[in-house]
Amino acid sequence: MVPAAAMNIGEVERWAEEGNFSYAIDPSYDAGRGVGEETVRYISSVKGEAPWLLDFRLKALALFQSLPMPSWAPLQKTDIDFSSIRYYLAQGQMAERRWEDVPAAVRHTFDRLGVPERERRFLAGVEAQFDSEMAYANLQKNLADRGVVFVPSSEGLRRHEKLFRPYFGTVVPASDNPFAALNGAVFSGGSFVHVPAGVRLEKPLQAYFRINSENFGQFERTLIVAEEGAEVTYLEGCTAPRFETATLHAAVVELVALPGAKINYMTVQNWSNNVYNLVTKRGLAREGGQIRWLDCNIGSRLTMKYPAVVLAGSGAKGEVISLSIAGKGQVQDTGARMVHLAPNTTSRIIARSLSTTDGIATYRGSVTVAPEARPCRSHGRCDALLLHPGSVSHTYPRLVGNGDGCILEHEAAVSKISEEQLFFLRQRGIPENQAIGLLVNGFFQDLLRQFPLEYAVELRRLLEMEVEVV
Amino acid sequence: MGNALAIDAVSVVQGGQRRVENFSTLLPAGHVHALLGPNGAGKSSLLRALVGHPDYAIEEGTVVCDGESLLPLPAELRSMRGLFLAFQSPVELPGVSIAQMLRAAKQLRLPKGETLDVLAFQDELFAALDRLAMERCWANRGVHEGCSGGEKKRCELLQILMLKPRYLLLDEMDSGLDREALQLVAHVLGELRMEGTGILLVTHQRPLLDLLAPNKILMLRGGRLVLSGGVEVLDAWEAGEWCRQRP
Repeated sequence: MVPAAAMNIGEVERWAEEGNFSYAIDPSYDAGRGVGEETVRYISSVKGEAPWLLDFRLKALALFQSLPMPSWAPLQKTDIDFSSIRYYLAQGQMAERRWEDVPAAVRHTFDRLGVPERERRFLAGVEAQFDSEMAYANLQKNLADRGVVFVPSSEGLRRHEKLFRPYFGTVVPASDNPFAALNGAVFSGGSFVHVPAGVRLEKPLQAYFRINSENFGQFERTLIVAEEGAEVTYLEGCTAPRFETATLHAAVVELVALPGAKINYMTVQNWSNNVYNLVTKRGLAREGGQIRWLDCNIGSRLTMKYPAVVLAGSGAKGEVISLSIAGKGQVQDTGARMVHLAPNTTSRIIARSLSTTDGIATYRGSVTVAPEARPCRSHGRCDALLLHPGSVSHTYPRLVGNGDGCILEHEAAVSKISEEQLFFLRQRGIPENQAIGLLVNGFFQDLLRQFPLEYAVELRRLLEMEVEVV
Repeated sequence: MGNALAIDAVSVVQGGQRRVENFSTLLPAGHVHALLGPNGAGKSSLLRALVGHPDYAIEEGTVVCDGESLLPLPAELRSMRGLFLAFQSPVELPGVSIAQMLRAAKQLRLPKGETLDVLAFQDELFAALDRLAMERCWANRGVHEGCSGGEKKRCELLQILMLKPRYLLLDEMDSGLDREALQLVAHVLGELRMEGTGILLVTHQRPLLDLLAPNKILMLRGGRLVLSGGVEVLDAWEAGEWCRQRP
């Protein structure tokens, strides 16, 4: 843990600028600007996909063109110029197994972001996506020997169709919302993970998503299937250089926890402030299965993301821990969704947000209980910290029960840093900006502890930087 | 003249009102001055003004700490110069651990470019906790978070041991303490005094005064110093005579 006081300005700037660089890349594959049937056919043919998959993509494209945005969305479809975006940029379709085989510019990018170093230190497997395709994918041999599959999505559909096709698009159908539909049409990259029954991964798998090119859209698709009694932790991180023009990131993540399986999915989202981050994440938990989303949103211009758990089997558990920071010019529209379909299911939502300057942090939570799901229980807790007079926080909880037998709770609080707290720390010799950094860290303290140590350190630094750079 | 905190003809204004008028005392290093008086006499206002609370302005007079004027300095620099205020009811800092806060404060006290030796810091923190008969897990607790009144006072004492201020301003350090805790506080303060720490002590109770035997007693009423002297003043205080004193 690095205390605020140990940081100097140089270090703060280094972190602020961590992801802000790019390399000139001449892509071998480029679908051009805009999205239409040609774009979709190009991507599908480059990937050498089966006809059923092209069909899936084309149907999704039609849905994207016809589906309206939800009425409550803080963004209209017309806010994004879909015709100027590039939907597929790649140097090749096959991810390398060794870093030394990865093209130099791409390898340097991930070196600078510390990905190989972390892989050596504490990860069971790593995938690194550069624009549209995974440039690197590797899994520890002992896990591969035990039947664990951890591959880029296209490779998963090609080589392990029987494992993945039954689940593909079933948890998040393309018809879910316009951005899930767009993803269905042009998806590329993302991870497919399959953990056989009874296999428990002690170390996490990690995927790192990097946008390098300007006017680019990244549409990865991840599917994780944990068979009976299996356990897996998956971490994802993301950065992009800061461009003048908008960049789009519309991912789809589907999780399937079969009876007694546990999936722990952690995200550290630190996109640059020109990225629209519109992501659909949903998990399905069968009998006694557990799904936990740990979702940390620091970057992007606008994020709309509400990780969901469908509790479809008796005794299933769902949890969302959401941590977001809305800084200057940012909107973090985040939250959680729990759908109780079976009895004895429990869900828990903990959301905490910080708004600084004119940042807007919005919590949208939805808990619904089907009549056949009784008895069940859900608890939600939502805290917001406002740092400046123009900082904004909204909370929209929605709880829908059906008669007796379900206990649904929601608590919420908004707070500010008090003058007395600031003065106390100043009296101990800590100047105001550092004092604010300490207090903000304190506000997130117990949630940061949920992340692996390496991430907690990074997050603490990011938090202090967010507050100090204001 | 040796080291001292020299408070000279100080007037304090807060919320448009004069809280303290023309107050003076010279507190030499290693001495204890006790500041007594009824509620609303201006004792807490004086202490807050001395450490630079933005709501309490010193409109007249001078405050000089070991030869350096403190008044031009913001609160954090007055702290660096060796002033420490133990608050009457210390505020809670949820999620900010004692170790984290002290580490930040210690780092700031080092010369530019030097980095705190984390292991030495930990040893020092554990030694201070042992000295106060506090469990080591206190290091990771939030500052004053969920503490009883007595625990908060212990926690403040821990901060004093770690930050080693030259002048202590104690605002009712003895309130809410049981007999044993009071003995401990008096013992530690006695040791600090022997090491050369100057102490300005606000209290409403006799026991701590008896244990510490102050060099000087100062009586404040209506913002004015109405009486000062040695321990004999205490007897006058107990007899209530000072109430009838007029400046």
